[in-house]
Amino acid sequence: MSEIPNSFTLDGQLVPFEPGQTILQAALAAGHYIPHLCSSPELKPHGSCKLCTVVVNGRHGSACTAHAMPGQDVQSDTPDLNGKRRLQVQMLFVEGNHFCPGCEKSGNCKLQAVAYDLEMLNPHFPHFFPQRPVDASHPDILLDRNRCIMCEQCVEASRDIDGKEVFGLAGRGLASHLVVNSPSGLLGDSALEAGDKAANICPVGAIVHKRVGYAKPIGARDYDTLGIRAQARAAAEGEGP
Amino acid sequence: MTQPTPSLDQVLPPILARHGNDPTRLVQILRDAQDQLEYLAPDTVTALARALNIPRTRVESCVEFYAFLHDQPRGRFRILFSDNITDRMLGNQALFEHMLKRFHLAPGQVSEDGLVSVGLTSCTGMCDQGPALLINNMPITRLTPRRVDEICDLVQSGLPLADWPSHYFKVEDNIRRAEVLLGSGFRSGDALRAALARGPEAMLAELKRSNLRGRGGAGFTTGVKWELCRKARADIRYIVCNADEGEPGTFKDRVLLQSFAERVFEGMALAGFTVGARQGLLYLRAEYQYMMPHLLAVLERMRAAGLLGRAILGQVDFDFDIDIHLGAGAYVCGEETALIESLEGKAGRPRIRPPFPVTSGYLGKPTVVNNVETLCKATEIALHGGAWYEAQGTKQSTGTKILSVAGDCERPGLYEFPFGVHVSEVLAECGARNAIAVQVSGASGMCLSPEEFGRRIAFEDVPTAGAFMIFGPGRDMFEMALNFADFFAHESCGFCAPCRIGTGLVQKMMHKIAAGQGTRYEVNEMLRLRELMRTTAHCGLGQTAGNAVFDTLQKFRPAYDRRLQDTDFIPAIDLEAALARARAMAGRDDADAHLGAQA
Amino acid sequence: MTVSVPAPHSGPAAGPRKLKVATASLSGCFGCHMSLLDLDERLLQLAELVEFDRSPITDIKHCGPCDVGLIEGSVCNSENVHVLREFRSHCKVLIAFGACAVAGGLPAMRNGLDVGDCLKEIYCDRVGPGGLIPNDRELPLLLDKVYPINEVVRVDYFIPGCPPSGDAIWKYLTDVIAGRMPRLEHPMLRYD
Repeated sequence: MSEIPNSFTLDGQLVPFEPGQTILQAALAAGHYIPHLCSSPELKPHGSCKLCTVVVNGRHGSACTAHAMPGQDVQSDTPDLNGKRRLQVQMLFVEGNHFCPGCEKSGNCKLQAVAYDLEMLNPHFPHFFPQRPVDASHPDILLDRNRCIMCEQCVEASRDIDGKEVFGLAGRGLASHLVVNSPSGLLGDSALEAGDKAANICPVGAIVHKRVGYAKPIGARDYDTLGIRAQARAAAEGEGP
Repeated sequence: MTQPTPSLDQVLPPILARHGNDPTRLVQILRDAQDQLEYLAPDTVTALARALNIPRTRVESCVEFYAFLHDQPRGRFRILFSDNITDRMLGNQALFEHMLKRFHLAPGQVSEDGLVSVGLTSCTGMCDQGPALLINNMPITRLTPRRVDEICDLVQSGLPLADWPSHYFKVEDNIRRAEVLLGSGFRSGDALRAALARGPEAMLAELKRSNLRGRGGAGFTTGVKWELCRKARADIRYIVCNADEGEPGTFKDRVLLQSFAERVFEGMALAGFTVGARQGLLYLRAEYQYMMPHLLAVLERMRAAGLLGRAILGQVDFDFDIDIHLGAGAYVCGEETALIESLEGKAGRPRIRPPFPVTSGYLGKPTVVNNVETLCKATEIALHGGAWYEAQGTKQSTGTKILSVAGDCERPGLYEFPFGVHVSEVLAECGARNAIAVQVSGASGMCLSPEEFGRRIAFEDVPTAGAFMIFGPGRDMFEMALNFADFFAHESCGFCAPCRIGTGLVQKMMHKIAAGQGTRYEVNEMLRLRELMRTTAHCGLGQTAGNAVFDTLQKFRPAYDRRLQDTDFIPAIDLEAALARARAMAGRDDADAHLGAQA
Repeated sequence: MTVSVPAPHSGPAAGPRKLKVATASLSGCFGCHMSLLDLDERLLQLAELVEFDRSPITDIKHCGPCDVGLIEGSVCNSENVHVLREFRSHCKVLIAFGACAVAGGLPAMRNGLDVGDCLKEIYCDRVGPGGLIPNDRELPLLLDKVYPINEVVRVDYFIPGCPPSGDAIWKYLTDVIAGRMPRLEHPMLRYD
């Protein structure tokens, strides 16, 4: 057991936690970044992107779903795990159609920011270049499935925060894709509104607001100066005592 | 010609009423609707969502998730060839091609008159009597060129399937070696009587004493599972029998349900009595739909005999009954939490664990999920006690195990052995000579080479859910790995990224190697992907999806090497083919309009 | 995999052999080449270390044996394939230079369209002269899709960015020239 009762070690450093917290929540609160994409502090743990996979007492598990326990030995920032994470991000890049130079989310995109953090230099694998439809039927919101990474944050946000269930995940395997709750299947016929959480939570450029475009100039975007890891650290310090 | 499609207003209300307008029965409702409407059109999806008061996306998600639910017309005769490696070894590909040729169809295409479609499906559990197919969910086994021609003639005659000669649909048990489970006579009701006489606490004690472990493959101790469920604080508990026998090469549960159904159901009632559950659910894989009438009849018989229903065997406080849910074509539903999602009328994507089903399962209530064979074994323990049971098998793997033996041997079928049996003994018993490999426990299992045939079938050595596929001299183990790579890419549920994309990448690389375009580069990439999936995938499907490629690379490397090019790189794209469209559009065929192989 | 480049010696007495570098742009906008010019005064340092073979800088049309090849742009047509193959066979080290070469970039945004439909739309369905898809054999044919260069030949290193900044190019090239595993970190590492 460690000296502080509610604490575990993360890469050798003591991390305190509150009962009920996941390893990821406790780590982030203490300013330790563990790469993740499908998890959001506003949503229930989902555990689909598997980027936050850590080794807990010798066993692999998702930091976003595993509960923190006293005395756990958690390995995260290791060459093996970071190598696997880089591989996973590369897989996400070749699975969809991600053309950063032509995406208005570029610079504010979590997939890109995580890839920067993991020093991904190229997508590595042969691209699938799937055919995926774009839905521009909504007056305010654009749904570009080419950029979707199936994290289901919009699905959960719409269901659990907006109370609307606008989105769902259909199909299976590589044919998985977002579907929209309306008779036509089009976003324009759904109950989605621009102010909904689901319209504002997408970590990538799959759900973006129309008439915004490249609003922030290069240099002033979310991840232009401070990387996602440094921001996580800064956020924890800001909320600290 | 296609009959006039009945209108939704006529079809849906009775189906919905039969299922109590209950959205948790969505998969069953969709199956029933499809039976009458032939396929689930967008209007049907919308109407069902409205009637059940659930988001349309949930209905759509289900329809697109399950292989046996269709959003497009599939023909009045829907033929699916089982495409497990054992079917391939028995020549299913030539038969498949032959049938396609006779109907002038491409795979999956529906004939213009809407009569028939012919496609492939994952293992249908008929490996001991393959090659096999399903026609409108009815199995036809032991296919020969002649049989295929007869089927084609019958289809073209338009004779309704119900009027086809019954011998086509005969499914054999092929029990080759029987011990306590398959061999001893079972008097319906005896196990339950014994349990009632003991009482739940004592029954649990016997079960723990027996050290019975789950027969679905994972080998969790059944007594502990039942105890956790019994102790979980709740008003309602459920017993689920996992009959989603989708692991390629496994067919023992089919026989248990076909010929030992009373025993399976009594095992469920026994579990209900022990943990305090009043409702049981049998989750039957779609491929075994043909058994439904038989199973429903058995349930009726047992109710009539006072073995199910109210006050079972006169015990006033013991009510238990069983409902059967049909799957709709998804291997992943064999994973217990995916199975529960499916039971609740959703796409079968595995849940986050913990919580485990024993505390929060079906409808959030404590649920025991047991394999068909496990529940049968529980009846043995009720009858003979834990000490008797524990004396069989090995210390860590007690009792007997039923193996589904298929592939290159004289007598494929079911073999019941005490745990601890050597692989070589099984091979000798079934008449397999000079085997070069045995794939134990299906696509997710372990590939053994001859130097390992001295190993034992047991949780502590070679664990298995039952599949035992034998490969004789001259077999190409790369073909097996390729078949399984296709299988996993097809069956990955898509929830977690490593499995969703990893199985797709491995499949592409295996096909590149199969086409003679592979290099050591792809081999190394597949090993990396396998390690990634093994350590990061969400459930057992993804964690084991790379096993067959890994094992065959370790043990049958020449099967790969002879396909590999001795160069460091070959593009995955066919550049010459990539110019075809532009070449045709420009009407060119000059030398500059072609790209040869790499200079 | 680290591919080492024979490192030039620094001392004048050692008689340094300059590294031979070739550059080309496939389906790109030459923005990465422009960014190369953003090395500014470091171009003089670079000139001490390297000499250029085929490159827009020299206007040499075919590359000879080289130490390093820099490829900008993605692979969009048959000519791109020929150039890329020539570079691969002549360059000890081949570097994908910029977003298009690394990941397909903007040209690959046509991958959602059928290339035949594209040709028809441009040459047949519009008002104007012609109405025929050009068929001169001098013209390279379009590939069905636009590919990053590592899907056509083996590539040793990747410098992402649209374009990579002068600083990123300098850091990367000096790493490679010095025989170090090249590394780019945020914020020098960018995909846009």
